[in-house]
Amino acid sequence: MPPGVVIIGTGQAGFQAAASLRTEGYQETITLIGEESHIPYQRPPLSKGFPLGTQDVDAIELRPRAFYRDHRIELITSAKAVAIERAEKQVKLASGARLPYRTLVLAVGARNRKLLVRGAELDGVLYLRSLEEAVVVRDRLKDAREIVVIGGGFIGLEIAAAAATLGKSVTVLEALPRLMSRVVAPAISEFFCNLHTSHGVKVVCGCAVSEIAGSGGKVQGVSLKDGTTSPADLVIVGVGVVPNVELAQGAGLRVANGVAVGENLRTEDENVFAIGDCAEHPCIFAGSRVRLESVQNAADQGQFVAAAIVGRLAAYNALPWFWTDQFEIKLQMAGISHGHDRTAIRGSTKDKKLSVFYFKGNQLLAIDSINRPLDHIVGRRVIAGRVPLTPEQAADESVDLKKLELAFRQQSGSSIH
Amino acid sequence: MPKVIYVSSAGDAREVEVPSGTTIMAAAVKNGIDEIVAECGGVCMCSTCHVFVDQAFFDKLPRANDTEEAVLEIAAEERQPTSRLSCQIKVTDELSGIVVRLPSRQR
Repeated sequence: MPPGVVIIGTGQAGFQAAASLRTEGYQETITLIGEESHIPYQRPPLSKGFPLGTQDVDAIELRPRAFYRDHRIELITSAKAVAIERAEKQVKLASGARLPYRTLVLAVGARNRKLLVRGAELDGVLYLRSLEEAVVVRDRLKDAREIVVIGGGFIGLEIAAAAATLGKSVTVLEALPRLMSRVVAPAISEFFCNLHTSHGVKVVCGCAVSEIAGSGGKVQGVSLKDGTTSPADLVIVGVGVVPNVELAQGAGLRVANGVAVGENLRTEDENVFAIGDCAEHPCIFAGSRVRLESVQNAADQGQFVAAAIVGRLAAYNALPWFWTDQFEIKLQMAGISHGHDRTAIRGSTKDKKLSVFYFKGNQLLAIDSINRPLDHIVGRRVIAGRVPLTPEQAADESVDLKKLELAFRQQSGSSIH
Repeated sequence: MPKVIYVSSAGDAREVEVPSGTTIMAAAVKNGIDEIVAECGGVCMCSTCHVFVDQAFFDKLPRANDTEEAVLEIAAEERQPTSRLSCQIKVTDELSGIVVRLPSRQR
């Protein structure tokens, strides 16, 4: 059989590319290959329902094993690609085997950024990205009493919330002056700081970890540069990820903050695409090249690449959106707030219902919503459709966003989804 | 075990037996009902598990919360009075035989 599409990476992006190729009517072979031993699964629950025990492995599989057989997707797990031989259009595996391709999709994801301090290798210092790591975190949380989470970003805060819900004593250490500061406004950071504190989590921002202390090879605590130590029998590190660019780099493809692709998600090799967490792509909503780590980005790019391979679509332009669940609160985010110079707030922290609108001049860039789901959903259309909205209107509850968006759509005759 | 009947937009019906407590979305994913995409995994962030519930069963369901109501606004196939997100409907013995029609597209 002539070679078809080879997809490297069995995460959400790789899975979606394979599944969507069949939906698009692609008839040639599809090979989905990755290093992980498990069949494709959802990553978001690993820091939410999975450690709590409300979702098990079976519940987080993206599709059952039979799906791949039924859709003629050859799924190869526990297999590492070590080189792309572009001249021969084949992928070399660690086993020495070669997989020929007509089109190659790199959906190789990212890996945890490692903490580079003394004691980071101690037993009880854990990371969380893969299912294997999540099983270890879940199992070790059972007997742990004092947990220190290093990193006050989404993953760190989600696992902190889960650990606190399980009744553990939890401390979150964040290097920057506030939580999730790279992506959300101070009002949102403050809201979540109060949320965690109200559930008994100790939040320390603006601190620097000097070393992880241990005895007999086991972790005992985390020491800060100010001389204080937080005792811990488990340390969970969530300090970001680095994209897996080595395969592309080794094949002479351009790499920046990720594998560099154009608006069609192709690398400079017309037969090689890159999608998901590993891909740096031009984003019309950010006004720059970005690399996004999210389910929306993985799924939309997976679907797009399938449409691009069959020749149906030429430019990726999906609006980015994100969410995080911490305790009883869901934060919904639409758009990319980076580069904003002004914010407007609708609702209030006191009522636990608020949306922050991020503007650059009079251009709405993004909306973060807590317990205001319609702001988020309508906001997606407002941002994607470039519906005119001033900061004053955004802050004014009497301005009905849904009506405003609908009126604009009818007026301009566009249909935006 | 309770049964769920999925009817495609072309009118083909598929009956699936579902352990009580499973969502209509999860049962679809496990049983090869490809019209249910379930992109966000069941957290009310996407609308890709949208279904139209038969009126008799729709009336038996707990009402949709604000988050689900909002998300239904962006369903790829426009919402109707009996639209629901199937990730929010848990199958119970009382709901056995529930009929859900699937939209022609989810994205």
